[in-house]
Amino acid sequence: MRNAFAKCLLALAKKDDDITLFYADIGNRLFNPLKEVAPERTINAGIAEANMASMAAGAAKMGLTPFIYTITPFTTARNYEQIKIDIAYENLPVNIVGTGSGLSYANLGPTHHSFEDIALMRSLPNMVVLAPADSQELTALMPLVAEDIRPCYVRIGKKNEPVVHQDLPALVIGEAHVVQPGEKVAVLSTGTIFPVAKALVEQLNLQGINAELVSFHTIKPLDEKYLYSAQKKFERLITIEEHNVSGGFGSAVLEFYNEHQLVIPIHRFGIPDHFIDQVGSQADARKIAGLTVESILGSLTKVLS
Amino acid sequence: MLIYNRFYILIINYYVIATHENREVTLNEGQKAGKIMNSQSSVDLVELCKKIRLTLCEVSQKTKTPHLGSCLSSVELLTVLYWQELNIDPLNPEKSDRDYFALSKGHAASLLYTTLAYRGYFSIKDIYEHGKTGSQFEEHPGVNSPAGVEVVSGSLAHALGQFTGMALSAKIKGLSNRFYVLMGDGELNEGTIWEAAMFAAGQKLNNLVAIVDFNKWQGTGRSKDIMHMEPLEEKWTAFGWHSIRVDGHNISQITEALQQANKITDKPVVIIADTIKGAGVSFMEDDNNWHYRIPTTDEVIKIAQELALT
Repeated sequence: MRNAFAKCLLALAKKDDDITLFYADIGNRLFNPLKEVAPERTINAGIAEANMASMAAGAAKMGLTPFIYTITPFTTARNYEQIKIDIAYENLPVNIVGTGSGLSYANLGPTHHSFEDIALMRSLPNMVVLAPADSQELTALMPLVAEDIRPCYVRIGKKNEPVVHQDLPALVIGEAHVVQPGEKVAVLSTGTIFPVAKALVEQLNLQGINAELVSFHTIKPLDEKYLYSAQKKFERLITIEEHNVSGGFGSAVLEFYNEHQLVIPIHRFGIPDHFIDQVGSQADARKIAGLTVESILGSLTKVLS
Repeated sequence: MLIYNRFYILIINYYVIATHENREVTLNEGQKAGKIMNSQSSVDLVELCKKIRLTLCEVSQKTKTPHLGSCLSSVELLTVLYWQELNIDPLNPEKSDRDYFALSKGHAASLLYTTLAYRGYFSIKDIYEHGKTGSQFEEHPGVNSPAGVEVVSGSLAHALGQFTGMALSAKIKGLSNRFYVLMGDGELNEGTIWEAAMFAAGQKLNNLVAIVDFNKWQGTGRSKDIMHMEPLEEKWTAFGWHSIRVDGHNISQITEALQQANKITDKPVVIIADTIKGAGVSFMEDDNNWHYRIPTTDEVIKIAQELALT
């Protein structure tokens, strides 16, 4: 997915002299092609993420279109106050890209996990929060992000995530993408956990439960139109995210229905409220977190039968 | 108060207001201030500083807003910048080739507002709205601040990073703007200052000038007793900056330092300005209580007498 990011940014930078990348000393050779095309706009900000966020705000003030990029916890949690004040409060078009989000870097331990970033970013006024399901969704969103005048946070994976869309989907920021329509329940997924959601829908359909599969690539602004209609159409909703089950996408959905006093059973799946360590792979971390098809189906069996 | 304000405006318009290197300065305030060429500016700016000091104290007293000590230590620095150094136009505050000034020590917001008012960005009476609900003049500069305020501040040590990004962007875009950031010595506690300092030097940003108002105090104590400060010039030099040390209340020294900064081509410049917290008011000088204390009306009268502005 990070390769798709670099490729998209290169394409954008070729067309637009304002596209500028700040990266915090990661991405060995990833940005070499960009450096060749726009060396002065490919800026290694050093291992100084707080300053990187402030500098990007300054760049936006001077008319550039900055992207800041590093591993997710370091460009969300570590520099949160700079994002809050310099970017969100000043409402500047800075695009924050976190790579290796969720449990992508499971083996590197809790320092490299990000299960709080959606909660942090969606609680900032003005901030758009995006979590594409795969490199195709990221590719579809990148030009929209570049031209959006709001601050945007883009939560992406690492590399070799499964491509779930055969073709480039037509996406609109703020509109949920229905991948497979259904009738009884809807599975709402955000980010790179999407293959689990897809497999879950397949299993539900095999069990005779007609399920809808949706990619909520935009967490904020939440697609309220979809949620209004979903409440009328489905018996229950299932949300899936590779993020703390509290405070993230599922919470945003709950808040929406509570705010509008609409009732529908909602089952949220995410990372339980504890640190995950001593794991060697993302697959193992997902097992521990209960973010597998088997685990989710097991939890749902009682209520769905 | 209105009488006072009008009085100030008239006085200022008669003052010989300094310009720098043939930059012409036009005063605003709806007055017909002429374009006045530079001459023996120091004496006149000294008088201007006195008026700014009294207004600061009056605004603090009237609006019950704190941080007078922090404002008073930077008066000469802002006055020299706004009357002699910055390429700005109060009538066209967003002109694209302007120089940018950041008040990083945002708690001295009243000084920035007062300086801008005297410089002609808006009326002096406006700044008596300081801190009121709905006012543009918030206790820390916000996004609704009037034109002339270039950056939000209040949380310390954000502006150097932002201005480093702006200075770098100006280089990328081939622009001639220069960028000035005023910080307090307490603010240097923050790690992000040193992230920005290393980056700016690494990128040889010669269009960036940092100024440290080194008044030797921070919120609750002597700055040197809390974190190791000195030798401050050498510290910045070690971070790759061209360092200059001045008496931060000496207009000639500040002027010369800023002129020197314009000639440095291969690195950013820091001006370490030795100042006195609460400078200019005898009973406030070097008394850290005035970080928070508000003067009484009687004290403001005393201040006016001391400054010979009764």
